[in-house]
Formats: sequence, structure tokens, C-alpha cells
Amino acid sequence: MAELQLKSLEKKYGNGFKAVHGIDLEVQEGEFMVLVGPSGCAKSTTLRMIAGLETITGGEVRIGDNVVNDLVPGKRGIAMVFQNYALYPHMKVRRNLSFGLKIKRQPKDRIEAATGEVSGILEIEELLERLPKQLSGGQAQRVALGRALIKQPEVFLFDEPLSNLDAKLRASMRVRITDLHKRLRDEGRPATVVYVTHDQVEAMTMGDRICVMKDGHIMQVADPRTLYDRPANAFVGGFIGMPEMNLVPAVLTRDPDLRLTAGGQSVAVPDGLAHRLGIPDGAVTMGLRPQHLTLVAPGSDGAFDAKVVNVEFMGHEINVHARLGDAVLVAVVPTGGMGAEVSRGDLIGLRPDGARIHLFDAETGKNVSLTNHH
Amino acid sequence: MVTLSDLPDQSRADRTPPTPLELKLRRQRRVSSAIRYVLLIVVGLIMVYPLLWLVGAAFKTNSEIFNSPWFWPARPTLEGFREGWETSTPYNFGHFFLNSMWIVIPKVIGTAISCTLVAYGFARFEFPGKKILFAILIATLLLPDVVTRIPQYLLFRELGWLDTYLPLFVPSWVAGDAFFVFMVIQFLRAIPREMEEAARVDGANTAQTLIFIVVPMLMPAIISVCLFQFMWTMNDFLGPLIYISSVEKYPVSIALKLSIDATEAFNWNAILSMTVLALIPSLVVFFLAQKSFIEGISTGGVKG
Repeated sequence: MAELQLKSLEKKYGNGFKAVHGIDLEVQEGEFMVLVGPSGCAKSTTLRMIAGLETITGGEVRIGDNVVNDLVPGKRGIAMVFQNYALYPHMKVRRNLSFGLKIKRQPKDRIEAATGEVSGILEIEELLERLPKQLSGGQAQRVALGRALIKQPEVFLFDEPLSNLDAKLRASMRVRITDLHKRLRDEGRPATVVYVTHDQVEAMTMGDRICVMKDGHIMQVADPRTLYDRPANAFVGGFIGMPEMNLVPAVLTRDPDLRLTAGGQSVAVPDGLAHRLGIPDGAVTMGLRPQHLTLVAPGSDGAFDAKVVNVEFMGHEINVHARLGDAVLVAVVPTGGMGAEVSRGDLIGLRPDGARIHLFDAETGKNVSLTNHH
Repeated sequence: MVTLSDLPDQSRADRTPPTPLELKLRRQRRVSSAIRYVLLIVVGLIMVYPLLWLVGAAFKTNSEIFNSPWFWPARPTLEGFREGWETSTPYNFGHFFLNSMWIVIPKVIGTAISCTLVAYGFARFEFPGKKILFAILIATLLLPDVVTRIPQYLLFRELGWLDTYLPLFVPSWVAGDAFFVFMVIQFLRAIPREMEEAARVDGANTAQTLIFIVVPMLMPAIISVCLFQFMWTMNDFLGPLIYISSVEKYPVSIALKLSIDATEAFNWNAILSMTVLALIPSLVVFFLAQKSFIEGISTGGVKG
């Protein structure tokens, strides 16, 4: 196992389009790093550059002590799991697993031992004599995982491996993969993983750290908790979390008390936020997580009044959509809790949790409420 | 004792009697399908009759061939086969079959290998001038064969290849059949690249990827190519006619014509018998490879 380093990595296509803009990323030995972002953010391109399936047009990729820019994929010490499994359709599972070792001319008994071990770990022993077309999606994905595992690579690369599975299977495969990662770590052979997904649930639940990407730039690299609690910018704030963070244009004023104005309403900046602000007055984007909004009576202190436009019953909680000026805010209310009985057309008050309000620069999107935090 | 007939007939009991409209529709359907089948059978028979007649005529005597249009021989005889096989030359027909194989086998193998290589290159690699080269390849598809005959003849004459089989199969070794290259390219395009990428990650080089991964997936297409090439080469008349001048080297297609030239009164039953024999290799090969062949020509419908 080895660490992986990307240094000002760039990808420029022949037609001049720049997909990856000189990104820097360091993945520690044994770390589970998730690359996440909306489609078109170049996360897969980045992964394929690490794998050697795309040429690198600038910067370098280091695996361990070696710069691997000019090495073919087979010599980089990587293994990759593809979205559509990419099992060799004409080979039985056994040969699919051992193909890599055969190409490397490993001795027969070693191949057999490795096949046995890997199929034991992934519980695919009874599938060894089947062809890929006789496997279900989950089984095929396990075989694909086995094909990567058997090579004992320096770095594992996953390219949206679960997106072809149904929701239930996806959840169980998610656990299986993280379990496997922990198990290898406990056994003293930690696996360095780079895992690409567009699904933030996968990212949050699986990653030791998460790298959020947008348009070929890295927006933030952090562990899931930091990403959720302290998003570096409005994009990360909006991308991570379900339902999405409410991003509302607002104005910050001092007259002389700090006040936030949004949708024509002015609210005193709550204590939890005021001491964090080292910024001048002016236009900001206010970031409020739906979970950090409390429903109160209209006209209450420190709350914005808003009109309910939609109520979604989710079972254990209720999503209340309410209009504030031009924006629609979403608040999550526990079923049976305060405000759970509101209905469409009601006027309500939404009180943000002062300690958890984020203010982003209206121009750059940078989080300006992180200073002096905690 | 209870027998089956004692049980109430459930299916009949549940069924309500058909309404007059239903009966009318049913009758119409039956009539229309009867008309359709009769038409198809008649047209089908018209199409296949010459072939049936050919086979039948091969077993007729020379005089009977022209007396009766009916395909079934009155007194079946193997005389035609015997005479035809011996031919009027010093060689029997087995010799000509063997000659055909000397052309067909190298040609089929060469086509399969060269077309796969070229198609793999075009379908999977980026290289300078790819678009232009591909356009030229497709352009040769549109070029009528006839216009290249004379330049080709001159070329092969300069090479000293006249009266050898080389002009007949060497072009296929360098992927001279644009149609087959195109066919394999289309097939390859429908196969996702991930399998090849997985092989590269597994450490396979380009050649290993081609041999272990791509070729097995391409098999249906390659078999179709071989089959087409086999049949077309077996039946090729013009090529051997132009390049092969000594009787000793004649393939079947020319040898058939030989029997017409050589004698004054044509032994039609001998010619027809040998024609029937000449059909057999193609038929056998076709039926052996039928399954893959059907998969291969329905190129677009490759499952991912």
C-alpha cells in the first residue's frame, strides 16, 4: 500500500477544452478518499488519469515514491472497479479473477491460492464456474471487486461502482466495501482507496475524507463531519446534506447592532453567529440547513416570517417548504414535533440556529463565517 | 369409479359462447392468413424451383433434361456425376476442389486476421490522419470492382504473379476487403470499451488485450466475415478467370466452365452434377456456423 499524490494535475483535450484545472490532492496510505461532485465535474476523468486510461496533460501523479505519469495502467500498481463491472464476458468468474495474475505470469499454485482467498472474502466461491451473464448485478459487482482485490494493488480505484445497482443492494454493497476496507486495515494491510461517486450519501458514509469537485476544481477536501459543519464555500454547503442547504441572498448591516436582511425582513444576528464574523457589511449568501431551522409563531424574535407553499410527509419527519421573498426555504420538522401540523398557506416563523448559520461571500461563495469557530 | 370424463370440463364451462361479431372476426382472420400463406408458398416455390430442378437434373440422363421441365428424374442415374468427376482433362474434379481450397483457405484466414487488426485500429485508437484514412477505406467500398481490374492485372503481372494463386488471396492479407473491415468496426463500436480498459489495468498490453479480450468478443463478427469470404471466394469466377491460365490450377468455378468448352455436345448432366457438388462446401460451412453468423450480421443488436 502506498500514498497517492496529485500535483497540479491538468487535463486539456485536443479541442482546447480544459477538464481538470491543476488540482492538488494527497491521499494517505490506507485512506478511503471519495471524489464527489455533480456530473461533468471531471471526477471520473481525474480517476482515469490516476489509472492511466487518460493521458495527463500537466502536473504529475505519484504513487508511493514513483511518478507514474508515463507508466501504462498495468505497471502503476492500481486496480480499478468499473461502473458497469466490465467483467470479461467470455471468461468464467474464476478466469475473470485470475486474468491479471496470469498476464503477470504468476505461478499456478499462487494464482489458485489467491483466487480461493479472494472468493472466500467476497463469498463468491459458488459462482466461480459461472459466466458473467449468469450473475446478478450484486454478484457481478462482487466479482469485479474480487478482480481488483486479487492483485493486491497499491491503490484501489472505484468509478461509481454502485450506481448500476438498485437502492437496497447499493446500501448493502456500501457496507460491504467499507467493512472490507476496515478489515484490511485491521489485518495490517491497509488499502488506499480513491472512490468516485456522484451520490453524496455514498460519499458521506464511506469516505475517511471527501474531495468535493466542481468544473475541474477541488472545492474542499475534508472529513465528512467537517464538510457538513464547516463547508468552505456555498457550493459545498449546497452539495452536501439532504435536503439541500437553503441558500438565500441577504444583506448584513451594522446600525449599530448586526442585522441580517432577507426577503424584506430584518432579523438581529443571533449570538452564535455574531462573534464569528470578521467581515464588513454588505451582500452575503445566507446558508441555512433545513435541519437547523425551527418553526415558531410568526413575528417571533430572530425569526423570518414565511408562507408555507408545500408540505412533504417523509415518515419520521416533515419537509416544510415556505416562501421568504423570492426564495423558498425548506425546513425539516420531526413528525409530531413543533409545527408538524402546518399546512399549505399558513404563515409561520422560521428561526435559524445562530451557531449553525453560514454566511457566504455573495461574489466568491467563500464561507466568511468560519473564522474563530469553536 | 371416477373417470376423467366424469369431472366437469372447467375450461368449457367457463367459456361464454362467442358472439356473432367474434365469429366474424375469427373467420376473417383465418381467411386472411390462408391467403397470406398460399401466396408465400407459391412465391417461395417459384424462387426455389430452379435450385430443385438443378439438383434433380443432376440425376437425369442428358436427353431427359431437355424433355421434361419437371424436376424429378424419371430414371435417376449417377452417370452425370461419374462423367463430370472424371472431366475431359487429365485431372478429376477432386483436383479442382483442392485447387479451390488452396485459394479459399489462405484467403479466409488472412481476411479474418487482417480485418480484425485494421478494424481494431480504426475503432479503438486515435492516430494522425485517421479520419482521412477511414474515408479512403469507405471510398473503396463504393468503387466498382471492374475499374480496378486492369491496374491490378498490370500490377500483378509486374510482380510476376500471373498464373499463381497469389493475386487471388494476397490482397485479403492486407485487409483489402473494405466491406469486412467496416463490418468488424461496426461490431466493435457496439462493444463497450471498459472490458479493454479493465484488461489494461490488469496489465495486458495492446496485443494481449486484442487476443484475450477483443477477439473472443468479436467472434460472431469474425465468423460471419469468414463465412462470407468462404462463399464469395468459392463462387468467384472472374478472379480466377483473369489470373489463372493453366488448367492444372483451375479452381471449381472455372473448371465447371471447362466442361462446356471442351466438348462439342455439352454433357449438361455432368456440368449440373458438378455444380451441385460445388454448392455443398458453402452449404456445409454455412450450416455449421449458422448460429454465430446470424448473431454477426445483426451487428447493431449486440448486448452490452
